[in-house]
Amino acid sequence: MLTKMIPEIGHFALVIALLMAFFQAVMPLAGAATRRPLWMAFARPMAAGQFLFVAVAYLCLTTSYMLDDFSVATVANNSNSMLPWYYKFSAVWGNHEGSVLLWSLILAGWTFAVSRFSRNLPEDMISRVLGVMGMVSSGFLLFVLVTSNPFERLLPVIPQDGADLNPLLQDFGLIIHPPMLYMGYVGFSVVFAFAIAALLGGRLDAAWTRWARPWTNIAWAFLTVGIALGSWWAYYELGWGGWWFWDPVENASLLPWLAGTALLHSLAVTEKRGSFKSWTVLLAILTFSLSLLGTFLVRSGVLTSVHAFANDPSRGLFILALLGVTVGLSLLVFALRAPRVSHTVAFSWVSRDALLLVNNILLVIMTVTVLLGTVYPLLLDALGLGKISVGPPYFNALFVPLTVILCVFMGLGPSARWKHMSARELFRRLGLASLAALIIGMFVPLAYGGEWNLWVSLGLVAALWIVLPMVRDLFEKIRRAGSLGDGLRKLSLAYWGMVLGHLGVAVTIIGVAVVSNYNVERNVRLAPGDSVQVAGYTFTMNELQSRRGPNYLSDMAFIEVSRDGSSRSFTMVPEKRLYIARGMPMTQVALRPGLFRDLYVAMGEDLGDGAWAMRIQYKPFVRWLWLGALLMAAGGVMAVIDRRYRLKRHQQVPLPASSTREVPV
Amino acid sequence: MKRRLLLLLPLVGFLLLSGFLYMGLSLDPFQRDSALLAREFPEFQLSTLEDSEVLVDESLLKGEVTLVNVWGEWCPTCKQEMPQLLSLAERGVRLIGVDYKDTRAKGQEFLEEFGNPFEVNVFDPEGDLGFELGVYGAPETFLVDRDGIIRYHHTGYIKPEDVVQTILPEVRKWQ
Repeated sequence: MLTKMIPEIGHFALVIALLMAFFQAVMPLAGAATRRPLWMAFARPMAAGQFLFVAVAYLCLTTSYMLDDFSVATVANNSNSMLPWYYKFSAVWGNHEGSVLLWSLILAGWTFAVSRFSRNLPEDMISRVLGVMGMVSSGFLLFVLVTSNPFERLLPVIPQDGADLNPLLQDFGLIIHPPMLYMGYVGFSVVFAFAIAALLGGRLDAAWTRWARPWTNIAWAFLTVGIALGSWWAYYELGWGGWWFWDPVENASLLPWLAGTALLHSLAVTEKRGSFKSWTVLLAILTFSLSLLGTFLVRSGVLTSVHAFANDPSRGLFILALLGVTVGLSLLVFALRAPRVSHTVAFSWVSRDALLLVNNILLVIMTVTVLLGTVYPLLLDALGLGKISVGPPYFNALFVPLTVILCVFMGLGPSARWKHMSARELFRRLGLASLAALIIGMFVPLAYGGEWNLWVSLGLVAALWIVLPMVRDLFEKIRRAGSLGDGLRKLSLAYWGMVLGHLGVAVTIIGVAVVSNYNVERNVRLAPGDSVQVAGYTFTMNELQSRRGPNYLSDMAFIEVSRDGSSRSFTMVPEKRLYIARGMPMTQVALRPGLFRDLYVAMGEDLGDGAWAMRIQYKPFVRWLWLGALLMAAGGVMAVIDRRYRLKRHQQVPLPASSTREVPV
Repeated sequence: MKRRLLLLLPLVGFLLLSGFLYMGLSLDPFQRDSALLAREFPEFQLSTLEDSEVLVDESLLKGEVTLVNVWGEWCPTCKQEMPQLLSLAERGVRLIGVDYKDTRAKGQEFLEEFGNPFEVNVFDPEGDLGFELGVYGAPETFLVDRDGIIRYHHTGYIKPEDVVQTILPEVRKWQ
């Protein structure tokens, strides 16, 4: 009896959560405006209650999936009794309704975390922050309940079995990709809330940036990992060996990442130097707005994409209204409350301040470039100028050069001093390392297969340009400290975070440059006994086999691979699956990963007579793409660990915000 | 005052964008012929209907403006459409067929009976290429330019008058 009621319990919990979110939004904001401590005191309990009830609702939905309750429409449409339990678990967010619920759960979770970990914030500040987050929560919970109720029932005729989860989504990468991505998207709501709270309270000092920085770093790290996972998933799951398609949905995740990256740096400048105040607030609003815009683009059906959700115009309108209210209001607050007089903090054109300003401008240009390319088809269509689609050529032509320019400044930034330094001093610090980067970068590709390639060289130069000056800087710091041990101890975790983050960018750039240019691909026909050579490897098909999986049938090829001139060999097993419930064929790629190259075999069509079409690829350095992203994320997290420590110290010995000590960003 | 106006700029920009997004809601990017327009013909790798040993891929479509017609023996409308396709072939249009969800024997029979206007027929028994093309059923016809970009999509039956009124002008436009 009780198990039959689970969906209703979930639905009811969601309604309670909405009410709590509403109170969490209204009372503390009103209280902060009228200075009533009692009203402000609503913030924390409501945040905790809201989180609890959204969690209950989410748990109920998950239980419905686990118990195969096909009377619930989303379960019937996205699950199947044959589905393994872990895919039932992840099927919850493999569809529109469940994924907005996950979005709300994560938002409530971040809100709760902020309320727990901000014990020593001024009461009016935390009230405003939680109030703003409560408003966003209210909007999303209302959206879930009104347009996308995941607990909708199919009564009285209950389907015998479910339609199954889309086979593309039955995969480990997809179990963790959306939660990571949402952690990032939604995490930016924290810095957004801090920025709005600072605007509302009229306290645009360095304080709010100090509080918001750790949250921003963590959200950014999650988003970085989320994007990398998405790219990795596309690489091994879609069977083409591509890792980035400039698809609108991918762009939707890249936009807040680019803006968020600018924000990370701008927050640092505001905290350390007290400059760029309005700009940082605007970036905070922009970053979260782009997260919301991404949500709108993916779910409203205004753009065509390979992985957009099933669409419904009423949902699109609702999210647009939500977007309009959230972003419109916050930009209005910004226009009205941003400081009237800009407090310019003087810095010269050769200084870390200036370099970070250039970094910000470039990142914003990149954001706008991607945004334009993404919505351009929509603009043209809306103006009646026809339907077009903007493809990779546009993005590559603009994004690649912009990245190279960004790298030029990235290489200079960490070695520069705040406020002012002479150009000669900067050159003394960097000259040798940069020259080495240029020379090594230009000539190393020659050693690789003897075929010089402009793009590979450019990528290597850019990467080394970032890394070598950092290495020099590190040596310099250790040398100054006297001994290696002292030097390493003196360097803060925030500094290491910066080094790791920048190193990550360099690693990713190397990966992109090499795999894009030295990739080898062959399409061949293979029957048992046939062999073929690709990029110095011999692929021999030994046998074909058929087998039956839990919810699919599959054909497998056993391919023996050996490197030319080596007697060791290994077996790769690509698969072609037919998922029974949907009758959908899927390619299961065989991968032989390696730090310096991947071998990639995808099974194509059955050509009859035991022969199959095979797509064999040799992908050098492809792992570096994701390795770099992991390094970046690790850097972001490492800087946070350090900040905790420093926050405590700050309380004991408050330092002036405009301290000119050389502190790493 | 000037600065205040400057601070309003982001809001104005956003409102403008929202306006477009709102208009976008009432437009349908999934309108059948738009989804693939101006996109590259999807990658594929299939054997030909004529010979299971011969593999073809999307490079088949490069270099010349081509009409790609998706058909199947099981599709009655395709039979009625054949005279139009034959007349297009006579007028010098390069045609490539995609034999969709069919068997090799039946597909070949069909061509013997109704004529073969196609330079090559791609054999797509599982409907993979059809899936990539977003084909709902047969017949459907795609015009692909010399760079392999889809320029026009005709859903369903090509009527006799369509040959001169729609298809040929489109072909000329991209030649």
